[in-house]
Amino acid sequence: MAIMVDETARVLVQGITGREGRARARLMSEYGTRLVAGCTPGRGGETVDGVPVFDTVAEATEAAGPFDASVIYVPAPLVKDAALEAIAAGVKLTVLVGDRVPTWDVLEIVRAAERAGVDFVGPNTLGVLSVGRGVLGMIGGRAASAREWFKPGPVGVVSRSGGMTSSTGYYLSRAGVGLTTLVHVGGESIVGLPMPAVVRRFQDDPETRAIALFGEIGGSQEERIAELMAAGEVTKPVVAYIGGRAATSGVRFSHAGAIVEGGRGTHEGKVAALRAAGAVVVDRFDELPAAAARMIGG
Amino acid sequence: MARLAEHQGKSILAAAGIAVPRGERVRSAVEAGDAADRIGGPVVVKGQAWTTSRASQGLIRFASSRAQAEEAAAAILSTSVGGFAVTEVLLEERLTIATEHYAGVILDDRRRCPVLLVSSRGGSGIEEIVRAHPESVAELPYDPVEGIPDHAAREVWRRVGVRGVAQQRLGEAVVRLARVARAVEARSAEINPLVVLEGGRVAALDCRIAVDDAAVFRHPELGIDVAREFGHPPTALERIAWEVERDDYRGTFFFLQMRQGFGRGDRVVAFHGAGGGGSMMAMDALQRRGFSVANFCDTSGNPPASKVYRAARILLSQPGVDGYFGSGSGVASQEQFHSARGLVKAFFEEPLEVPAVIRLGGNGEDKAIEILHTFTAALGVPVECYGKDTPVDDCAARLETLVARQTARPTHGPRPAARVSPARPYAFATPTGSITFDHAVCATCASKVCVTACVPQILRLADDGTPVLAVTAEEAARGRCIECLACEVDCAALGAGGGRIGLPIPGLDAYRGATGAE
Repeated sequence: MAIMVDETARVLVQGITGREGRARARLMSEYGTRLVAGCTPGRGGETVDGVPVFDTVAEATEAAGPFDASVIYVPAPLVKDAALEAIAAGVKLTVLVGDRVPTWDVLEIVRAAERAGVDFVGPNTLGVLSVGRGVLGMIGGRAASAREWFKPGPVGVVSRSGGMTSSTGYYLSRAGVGLTTLVHVGGESIVGLPMPAVVRRFQDDPETRAIALFGEIGGSQEERIAELMAAGEVTKPVVAYIGGRAATSGVRFSHAGAIVEGGRGTHEGKVAALRAAGAVVVDRFDELPAAAARMIGG
Repeated sequence: MARLAEHQGKSILAAAGIAVPRGERVRSAVEAGDAADRIGGPVVVKGQAWTTSRASQGLIRFASSRAQAEEAAAAILSTSVGGFAVTEVLLEERLTIATEHYAGVILDDRRRCPVLLVSSRGGSGIEEIVRAHPESVAELPYDPVEGIPDHAAREVWRRVGVRGVAQQRLGEAVVRLARVARAVEARSAEINPLVVLEGGRVAALDCRIAVDDAAVFRHPELGIDVAREFGHPPTALERIAWEVERDDYRGTFFFLQMRQGFGRGDRVVAFHGAGGGGSMMAMDALQRRGFSVANFCDTSGNPPASKVYRAARILLSQPGVDGYFGSGSGVASQEQFHSARGLVKAFFEEPLEVPAVIRLGGNGEDKAIEILHTFTAALGVPVECYGKDTPVDDCAARLETLVARQTARPTHGPRPAARVSPARPYAFATPTGSITFDHAVCATCASKVCVTACVPQILRLADDGTPVLAVTAEEAARGRCIECLACEVDCAALGAGGGRIGLPIPGLDAYRGATGAE
């Protein structure tokens, strides 16, 4: 199983003729993702590494059949239209890799996705990788690295930080704790599938036996996972590290990252909520692999 | 952050049909007196500062005469808030208030839509109102495209007990506030207090609008010069950093000063992170070793070496740091050697005088570590570099050891020789700078490493064995040259030293001159 992507998912890349789109399409194909078509307005009829390019997503759908996922590589100001196009064409899962997408654009994408009953990941996401099955986005950077870093097994990984999604996956794999799927939900405050939604999917995935979480200060996603655990909706064991203990209140870190406002989203608050709900929260990131290993009886 | 000043927010509200008091901005007591005369009658004198509860800090005063207005302005202009002097006051006509309320629009990460928050009470901070009088507060999530319907706006005020004409007029005001929030792409837009005046008119007596940093590029009308959310007005160095970032969309560079006025021995380090989560983890590790960070810095999203170089130069413009610490997540998808070259160039130009520990884990880390170790050998201070298999806590421990050993300033080896003008220059522009080869030097070079190490492979050897562009100068300037810096950094270490890359950082030299940081 795994969640969100596997070797059968039919995938489209929007912006496939651009520098980034072309490079990442190659990574996806080389890792085993079923890349069916690409889309760039005005470039229909071309091919990129053997993948046919269409002018519109609707045209690609008519020619190649419906898509399970589309990964979008276009500049931030154009992301909204590309995402609305994918959603209108019925793509079930859209991945918005670009960062600095204006927040009101994201709100419009949320609205359209909710109305269409489809999902999206991001913006500002490295994407989703199901170990040995497929990748949407750019986790791993190179297919060879992705194969070397991430080993198959029973743990699902989720984070708001792209680098820490990879790190968590790598250190767990190195400690002999294999993975189902790694999900970087995106670094912005408002995202398509926040961590609680991903944790629910791990809960429903029969192959995932435990969930590893790299959380950070700011926002309420970690607290909402604790709420799901306390309510009995998430019963699989959760192991977590929360970054940002040293960060100052009232300051936004990074272009997207964490902010603590008025006591909301603090390090202490998140750790306490998760522990009270039964999660194992480690104090140092390098304690995470051993804690995960104990959890799966490894 | 893209936080708008009170007067700017109020003029946007006024244009949207929400009444605000007549007022003027001034920067001196005398000007305040003149403004008070023009406004006529009793005035409110308000210090323009980024803080809540201004009244309790003496930043809001009342005056009924020219003399009182001058006195109030003088008092406020001698205040500082959070280390920043108050330089501007707003004088406004003093209106007669019947009732005070609160209205704010925020973008809610839980419900993923804008939410209107209102309270029948106003004046004090909304967090305090929610805590002390939860029954006076109501919220209305609404559609970002449609805005707030009139009936829903009236209903939300009814829910907090507002009746009659006030209900209707406050309803109109929040419908307009929602339009303003969308028009300027605010992350939050608050009016506190939103008042009903004697006679029934509604007016906004204060206004706090924070514009989404990511949307600033399409709002030139707002005149936002630094699209960053700092919690304080941008410092001179933060402005310099923003100028580096503003028009360079290749990757991200974020810089924020957290401490100033420290000195050697205070265990303050320059911090260079990559990626939000990894940076936070790294700062936590430094904290566990008793260090604090002078700044937060994030170069991520696959930035070119030139951007990392500029970031490092800006970080090292903070006098008094005991060390330089770099670490991201440890397992980056991006090739790490670009950052390595950027750091090497910056460390030599400064030159670096404190120990540095850099963790560059992920793709290309072996090459990155080799570049940093071998090319910094001549620096005279230790520069250690680690990859993904060395935990960040171990790196912080190494920095502690190196800082403890570093008792005196290093005796410097090669401070880069003052630039001699090249005998046979060959120059071309890069996206944000220029590259100059001295072909007189290049002719003596056996390695030709500039050609082999060039990441985008845009150099070739001419018939006389000197490096020239294999693409047109225009193509190089437009982005075929990715500013990987190999033709200077690798050349300096392995070649004859004929390659030089100029990457200006506007304002940095003047800043260093003014702060005495060499």
